[in-house]
Amino acid sequence: MIRIVDYGVGNIQAFLNMFKRLGIEAARARTADELNDATRLILPGVGAFDTAMALLNQSGMRPRLEELVQGRQMPVIGICVGMQMLADGSDEGEQPGLGWVPGRVKAFATHPQSQDLPMPHMGWNDLKIRPGHELFADFEPEPRFYFLHSYYFDAANKADVAATAEYGLSFDCIVSRGHIHGVQCHPEKSHHFGAQLLKNFALN
Amino acid sequence: MLRPRIIPCLLVHKGGLVKTQGFKAPKYVGDPINAVKIFNEKESDELMVLDIDATVNKVEPNYALIAKLAAECRMPLCYGGGVTTAEQASRIIDLGVEKVSVSAAALADPSLLTRMAEAIGRQSVVAVLDIRKKTGLFSGKGYELCTHNAKTAHKLDPIAFAQQLQAVGAGEIVLNSIDRDGEMNGYDLELARQMRAALKVPLTVLGGAGSLDDMQALITACGVVGAAAGSLFVFKGPYRAVLISYPAQAQKDSMCRTALAAHRSR
Repeated sequence: MIRIVDYGVGNIQAFLNMFKRLGIEAARARTADELNDATRLILPGVGAFDTAMALLNQSGMRPRLEELVQGRQMPVIGICVGMQMLADGSDEGEQPGLGWVPGRVKAFATHPQSQDLPMPHMGWNDLKIRPGHELFADFEPEPRFYFLHSYYFDAANKADVAATAEYGLSFDCIVSRGHIHGVQCHPEKSHHFGAQLLKNFALN
Repeated sequence: MLRPRIIPCLLVHKGGLVKTQGFKAPKYVGDPINAVKIFNEKESDELMVLDIDATVNKVEPNYALIAKLAAECRMPLCYGGGVTTAEQASRIIDLGVEKVSVSAAALADPSLLTRMAEAIGRQSVVAVLDIRKKTGLFSGKGYELCTHNAKTAHKLDPIAFAQQLQAVGAGEIVLNSIDRDGEMNGYDLELARQMRAALKVPLTVLGGAGSLDDMQALITACGVVGAAAGSLFVFKGPYRAVLISYPAQAQKDSMCRTALAAHRSR
């Protein structure tokens, strides 16, 4: 089943609600043992990068997650700060990231094209998706998703970018490197667009 | 392109949904969960639910109701009412809510926003400012900030105070016009424009919308902001018959495109 990694931050309940509606089995995992029956993983996250990394490191689940994702190639999707944690590091903090998708998390506030815009980037924005990607199967044209963030993922290898969005600059809002995915926007709160994306992740 | 947010604002009073006028005369408009279901079907951009009893009655937020709302809600949800501590805000976020708003508690102690931002991230911290035009003989001109359903007035400049809240931890400011509440004759565009220009965080404007044209006027004046409304989405016709509605996506997109084009060419 899908296990949602509950290390102390993130809106776990919103994912459980969404999967319940989709009729897909999902549960939270609070310990390494609770990850034993996982077939797919969701790594949520909100708030500050360092806080999220520190809590994940203290949760006792990180070694098992690394074994599952890097050793056994288990599909994983990081959401919001959970996506940012896939990177090597973030300008928001000092903790190293998981380093599963090469790249760095940067601030809109220091980019010349976005620094004068309201912060955080909040609301519905259009996605420019890579056609044919598994996460976007059966997508309607002009997909839009809900965003709520001040930092963005900048992938080192643009081949890992599955979708971009514009907020002053064009930024990498969905990354995908083999079985490892990261989504900056909130599919759990993006109506039928988000439901389709989570369904594609769960059933592919 | 980032779109303006068109946001229904629902008021909870004695367990039911109500709509007020000038913050008074609550009229029953239905069941909260049923309303959320309708806005799910309509794919509303966000939803704001304010419990207008909690602060006045000095009670804790109704967590059971919030949990039910969050479980049903398929769009981002902002809850407000009775929140006075960062712990309460964390508990509400854990129920599946995206944003927590404070009003009276932020006026009593602005540093609450700092503690909330540390606990739940500043992107989830919303300050709702209830603002009224001064009309008293000796009160002077301009605007005043109110709390406790407009029964308490404070001697603070609303714009300077909004900037202060932004500096200490607010991730969004909601400008709520007391005078225009339920009037359905348009937003206070001048105040909205001043507030937008003074702030760096996203702004949502509430109070006065009676039609999509009013929202178009707001977006033309302010650019990408949240346009929130109560009456517009719960009443229909001159006799205010209760009917929950929300514009179709195409209608909303077309209105926003027109308004943003007009905003850019100003």
